[in-house]
Amino acid sequence: MPAPLPLHLAVALEGAGWHPSAWRDPRARADELLTPAYWTDLVREAETGTLDFVTIEDSLGIQTTSPDGPDERLDQVRGRLDAVLVAARVAPLTRGVGVVPVATVTHTEPFHVSKAIATLDYVSGGRAGWQVRVSPRQWEAELFGRRTVPAIQGTDLDAPEAAAVLEDLFDEAADHVEVVRRLWDSWEDDAEIRDVATGRFVDRDKLHYIDFEGRWFSVRGPSIVPRPPQGQPLVTALAHRSVAYRLAAKAVDVVFVTAHDAEDAGRIVAEVRREQAAAGREDELLHVFGDLVVFLADDEHSAAERKAHLDALSDADFTSDAPVFVGTPAALADRLEDLRWAGLTGFRLRPGTLPHDLEAITRGLVPELRRRGIFRESYDASTLRGRLGLERPANRYAATTGGAR
Amino acid sequence: MSQPSQKSQTSKPRKQIHLAAHFPGVNNTTVWSDPRSGSHIEFDSFLRFAQTAERAKFDFLFLAEGLRLREQGGQIYDLDVVGRPDTFTILAALAAVTERLGLAGTINSTFNEPYEVARQFASLDHLSGGRAAWNVVTSWDAFTGENFRRGGYLAQEDRYERAKLFMRTAWELFDSWRGDEIVADKENGVFLADPGAGTFERHDAQFDIRGRFDVPRSPQGRPVIFQAGDSDEGREFAAATADAIFSRHATLEAGQAFYTDVKGRLTKYGRTPEQLLILPAATFVLADTDGEAREYAHVVRRQQVSGQTAIRFLEQLWNRDLSEYDPDGPLPDVDPVVGENTIARGRASVRMYRDPLQTAREWRELAEAKKLSIRELMIEVTGRQSFVGSPTTVADEIDDLVQRDASDGFILVPHITPDGLDDFADKVVPILQERGVFRTDYAGTTLRDHLGLAPLEVPLPARRR
Repeated sequence: MPAPLPLHLAVALEGAGWHPSAWRDPRARADELLTPAYWTDLVREAETGTLDFVTIEDSLGIQTTSPDGPDERLDQVRGRLDAVLVAARVAPLTRGVGVVPVATVTHTEPFHVSKAIATLDYVSGGRAGWQVRVSPRQWEAELFGRRTVPAIQGTDLDAPEAAAVLEDLFDEAADHVEVVRRLWDSWEDDAEIRDVATGRFVDRDKLHYIDFEGRWFSVRGPSIVPRPPQGQPLVTALAHRSVAYRLAAKAVDVVFVTAHDAEDAGRIVAEVRREQAAAGREDELLHVFGDLVVFLADDEHSAAERKAHLDALSDADFTSDAPVFVGTPAALADRLEDLRWAGLTGFRLRPGTLPHDLEAITRGLVPELRRRGIFRESYDASTLRGRLGLERPANRYAATTGGAR
Repeated sequence: MSQPSQKSQTSKPRKQIHLAAHFPGVNNTTVWSDPRSGSHIEFDSFLRFAQTAERAKFDFLFLAEGLRLREQGGQIYDLDVVGRPDTFTILAALAAVTERLGLAGTINSTFNEPYEVARQFASLDHLSGGRAAWNVVTSWDAFTGENFRRGGYLAQEDRYERAKLFMRTAWELFDSWRGDEIVADKENGVFLADPGAGTFERHDAQFDIRGRFDVPRSPQGRPVIFQAGDSDEGREFAAATADAIFSRHATLEAGQAFYTDVKGRLTKYGRTPEQLLILPAATFVLADTDGEAREYAHVVRRQQVSGQTAIRFLEQLWNRDLSEYDPDGPLPDVDPVVGENTIARGRASVRMYRDPLQTAREWRELAEAKKLSIRELMIEVTGRQSFVGSPTTVADEIDDLVQRDASDGFILVPHITPDGLDDFADKVVPILQERGVFRTDYAGTTLRDHLGLAPLEVPLPARRR
C-alpha cells in the first residue's frame, strides 16, 4: 500500500464537550453555551490549529439519554441553538476554517436547507458544509406532527422491520441530498448578466428547473439563491452501518465512520469503496474520516485521571459510538498514523471537554503532526473543497441546451 | 416643499422617530444598471448596508424572503434583480458584524413548521443578544408550494387561520422556558433547575405537536413581531398580535387614516397605542437642492421602469400577453382578462388588483387626462418615491408625518444597494438628531429597547411537572 497523503483533521463541537459531565470541568464555560462568544472562541481556536473544518452538532429534539424521548435529568446540559445559525454567526469572524453544521433531513424542507447552506457558503467565502442527519425517533417526529416514524429504538436494528424503516429514512435522505445538490446547480455560475443593453438582469436560459419527483417529495426549483462560491458546498454524514454507508457512497463528500481499530477501519473503508463503485462514483474523491472521542493531557496518567474524574461525576464509565482515546497528543498522533494505513483519509476528533481537549488538539496534537510532516503549516486553499482536494464541480445543467421554460 | 407643523402641537411632546432600512433584493426598486449598484448576494453588501444603518442608529435592518423565482408569461422574470440569500443565515451572520442594530426577517407560516421557526428565531435572538424580529407573512400560493413537500395545499382563507395558530404555537414554545432554569452549578452537579423546562403540547386545527422545546428563553423572550398586510383581517391580526406593522401608506392623509384605524383596534385586545408601531415603507431621493432632487428622481423612475418593464407591469393587471404593444404608445384597447391571474406568478403586487376592470378604467382616464404613454403611466401609477428633496426638506417631511400621526417612523428602501443608504445616514439623520426627534445613540441593547417596547413579562409555563 502506498504511503498515505498528508492527513486531514476536523473537530466535532458539541455543547461543553462530548462527555456528559464535560460542563463540570473546571474550565468549562457551562453558563455560556448559548452565547455567540463561546462558539466564536471555539471556532477561532480550531482555526489557530489550521484544522480543515469544525462540525457543529445538532438535533431537532432536546438532548436526552433515553431513546424514547426527553429524560428528566438535571445533571446534564439541556438546551442548544440551531447549528446552521451558529455557523453563520461565527463565519464572518473567521477566515480559514470550514464550518459544517448538522441539519436534520427527516423533517426539514430540502429547499430551506439548500438556500441556508448556499448562503452559509457566501457568508464564509466558500468554507461551508453540511452534516446530514437522519432522525429515526418518533418523539422528534411529534415536534412536527406531520408523520409517524415506526418505533425501532431499543430493538435489533438489523431485524427486518427495523432495517426496512431505516432503509426508508436513508432513501428519503438520499433524495433530500439530491434535491439540495440540484438546487445548488440550478443557477449556472454566470447566470447573472446585468446586461444594460437588453435590460436583462439574468440570462434565464442559465436558470434551471430541477423537477425532482420522488417518493417523499417533488420540488420544482430553481433555487432562490445563486450558485454558491464552492459550486457544491461540502456534504458530510456520520455512518455506523451498511444502510448509512450506502447513502454516504451515493451522496456525500466526507463520511465519518466509527472504526474501533485498524482492522475494523479496513473493513469499513472497503465496504464504503465497494458501495462507491456500485453508485458509479469510483472516480470521485470520497473522504472517509475516522471519528474518535479524545481525552488528552500532557501525560498519560493525567489524561486517565481527567476521564476518570468525569466518569465519577456522571456515575458511569463513558462510552460512545466512536472509539474513545485517552492519552497524550503524541500517543494520539501514533494512533492516527496507525489507523491511516487502513485507508482512512482523515479524522474527526470529538473533544471530551471544551475548551480543554480542543486546545490540546490545536496546541499539542497539531504541532506533533507537523513535526512528523503530515499536517499543514497554514491554509493552502481558500475554499473548504479545495483544502480537501475536491474540485469545484462542473454544473450538471450547464451542458444542457436551452434553459428553464 | 412642505412646512413642518410642529408649532401647532407645542403642547404635545415631540414623538421620537423610528427608522429602519430594507435591503430590497428582488424587486424593481433597485436600479441594478447604475454603475454604483453592487452585488445583491455577496455578504460584503449586507455587511456594508448593516453597518451604515447601525452608524445611523437605526432601529433595525429588514430582509424579505424568497421561496420561488417570479415568472411572467411562463418564463422566469429577468428584468429585475433576481435571487436573494437565505434570511436567517444572513441575519445570523450580520449579528457578528453589528452590535445594536435590530435584525428583522420575513418568514412565512405556510411552508414552515412552528417548532423549526421558533427554534431559529430563538437561536437568532440568543446569537444577536436580543435583536431578532419576525415579520410574519401568510400569503404564498400553490406556485410557491411547488418547491415544498406540502405543495399548495392551503386555501386562501385557511392561510390566515394557520398563521394565527402558527403564532400561538410559536409563542407557546418561546414561553415554555421561563429563563431561570439553567443554573450550571458545577459544584453540586445541577445544570438544570426544572426537569420539565421546555415542555409543550399543542393540538388545534393545524398542529398536533408535543415534546420539549430545546432552545432556552432568549434575551427578548420572543422575537419582536412585525406584520405586513392591509386587509381588514391583516389589520386585526396585527392589532391582536404584532409589535409593529409594515404599511404602504406613506402620505399624510392615507397614513393618518391607517394609523387611526389600526391604533383604534388595540383597546379591545387590552393594548395601548405605544404597543404597536406603524412603519410604512418609503423610498427617498436626495440631492443638494429640491430642484436637483426632483430631476434626479425622474431619472431614477425612468431607470426603474424601462419600456419592457412598463409592458410587464401592464400585463400584470391585464393578465394577458401585451408584448406586441409599444411602451411609448397608448394603452391597449382590449380589456384585462378577469379571473385568476395566470400571467404573473410569485408576485405579491398581482393580488392588489382586486378589480382589474375598474383599475383599467381608472388608468385609461388618467392616461387620457394627462396624455401619458404606457411607460409614463406605469411610472405614474407604480410611483413609490416618498421623499424627494434636499436633506432638510426630507428631514422636515419625515418629522412632520410622524408628529402628525401619519406613522411612527419609516422603513427606508434605497434604490442603490449596498451604499444607497449612506447619504441618508450622513445628511438627513444628523438634522433629525439636532431637532431631538431621533436618537444620537442607542439607549438599550435589544430591539425591544430601540422600539420603546416594554420587556415581556415572563409567563409561567402552562405545563410543569
